[in-house]
Amino acid sequence: MQFGIFTVGDVTTDPTTGTTPSENERIKATLAIALKAEEVGLDVFATGEHHNPPFVPSSPTTTLGYIAARTEKLILSTSTTLITTNDPVKIAEDYATLQHLADGRVDLMMGRGNTGPVYPWFGKDIRQGIPLAIENYALLHKLWREDVVDWEGKFRTPLQSFTATPRPLDGVPPFVWHGSIRSPEIAEQAAFYGDGFFHNNIFWPMEHTRKMVALYRKRYAHYGHGTAEQAIVGLGGQVFMRKNSQDAVREFRPYFDNAPVYGHGPSLEDFTQQTPLTVGSPQEVIERTLSFREDVGDYQRQLFLMDHAGLPLKTVLEQLDILGEEVVPVLRKEFARLRPAGVPDAPVHPAVAAARAAATADPKEL
Amino acid sequence: MTATAPLKIVAVAAGLSSPSSTRLLADRLAEAAREQLADGQDRRVEVQVVELRDLAVDIANHLVTGFPPAGLKKALDAVTGADGLIAVTPVFTASYSGLFKSFFDLVDNTALTGKPVVIAATGGTPRHSLVLEHALRPLFAYLRAVVLPTSVYAASEDWGSHGDEYTEGLPARIRRAGGELASAVTGRTVSGASRNLTLDDGEDAVVPFAQQLADLRVG
Repeated sequence: MQFGIFTVGDVTTDPTTGTTPSENERIKATLAIALKAEEVGLDVFATGEHHNPPFVPSSPTTTLGYIAARTEKLILSTSTTLITTNDPVKIAEDYATLQHLADGRVDLMMGRGNTGPVYPWFGKDIRQGIPLAIENYALLHKLWREDVVDWEGKFRTPLQSFTATPRPLDGVPPFVWHGSIRSPEIAEQAAFYGDGFFHNNIFWPMEHTRKMVALYRKRYAHYGHGTAEQAIVGLGGQVFMRKNSQDAVREFRPYFDNAPVYGHGPSLEDFTQQTPLTVGSPQEVIERTLSFREDVGDYQRQLFLMDHAGLPLKTVLEQLDILGEEVVPVLRKEFARLRPAGVPDAPVHPAVAAARAAATADPKEL
Repeated sequence: MTATAPLKIVAVAAGLSSPSSTRLLADRLAEAAREQLADGQDRRVEVQVVELRDLAVDIANHLVTGFPPAGLKKALDAVTGADGLIAVTPVFTASYSGLFKSFFDLVDNTALTGKPVVIAATGGTPRHSLVLEHALRPLFAYLRAVVLPTSVYAASEDWGSHGDEYTEGLPARIRRAGGELASAVTGRTVSGASRNLTLDDGEDAVVPFAQQLADLRVG
């Protein structure tokens, strides 16, 4: 099972100090956070993509390319790549290039974004959100699998004898996850292709996540990619930890109360009860996270949101230390122990798989 | 749904005070519908009144987070699962109250399609009675609900007066609205409202003179 972090890339004022990082500070902080993720033994770093303030990550492959050069093992991913407003040809080119630079340590997650105006900014119509996601991904899928593409669709100029370069590393396209909070069409899309399905899971009750994942698993089996249990599922999570629960609650509360998205709404207590947000000791985080499999089945990827709501870099890095040292090693062992044979790992590039196998075989790594 | 399942009438009341005339109107409309349903067919009738005041914080939280807390979820499920709906709001600043609108903003925009709805409102003065026609009726028309012809407006003075020579009193309007809802819920095509009888109805068209005289006496 893979563990990692995903970032929204928000520039948010620290409500406890009134300090707002500059864009430069936020971008540099993102890099420090990614490097820390590798240092503490996490598997995945994923960045969001946004094209409006207060967010900085408008150019994910630039950032991920830099991180690729500074890391050895970390899988670089997105959360999410806007399949609706980006040209699928450019996605094919950018991520194939990144795949070469990172020696295969790349996958990506398709999403439709959370900002209505982003559609008109890129000349698209939000009412066509789902059709855009479906048509654009169909083209991307083809561009990575066929050397010469003839294509015609509703939303993009036709292509004749087009070749997207560079070709995917070793002819293996990056693995794709499809992220959606509430659209069954996207679960269906992921199932159709046999791709992964990622449920953000951090803002909504687990009951809802359970239904979305169950639908994806059922349809995955329907399309003949394997049994429902073998479908590739990823979940988000959101935690804040201190040795003592009360300290975690006290420290995180002002960030929660003022957080973008859910701030100034429900109480921290209500929200932690209603959604998977966990604020407490590492042990509480372990127990809550392990409970996710009871709702969605054994799954392949768990990403945590750690660096939002104005939390200072120093705090985020401390959180990553706790996550990497105290939480993930236990989760790895427990999830592996509970997982039945026949449930696969998330697909990784063959070069990455080989490196991992070699590392596991090396007694020093054990 | 089987024939033995109860018919569900749900009334949404957006009043803020306690006791609330909005709640009172909702209760009376629900009772009128229940009585006429009980007369007209043999399925059990269940009445539930949802008071939005109790859900005010849940409604605000749902607007912020995008999902309903458990109590609000139950209320939304009751409304969307009802056979007939009664929606009652106080008039605030020349329209439905913000709480009333926020609640219906959280109902899926196809969940009320085809659902019979009685609209009603309360106010301090009768001058705002057309709120029902220019605010509530379009709202439910947008939701593709079947808004029944009789809407009920209760100004403060209506609770203590009879109709006059031109209009019926509040109790008669409540009965008529309840009848329309009962008819719509059971799929009867004839409106529960009584039409004016004409010469085509023969003797029935004539109100006996003694009764006409009696009706003129102040009761």
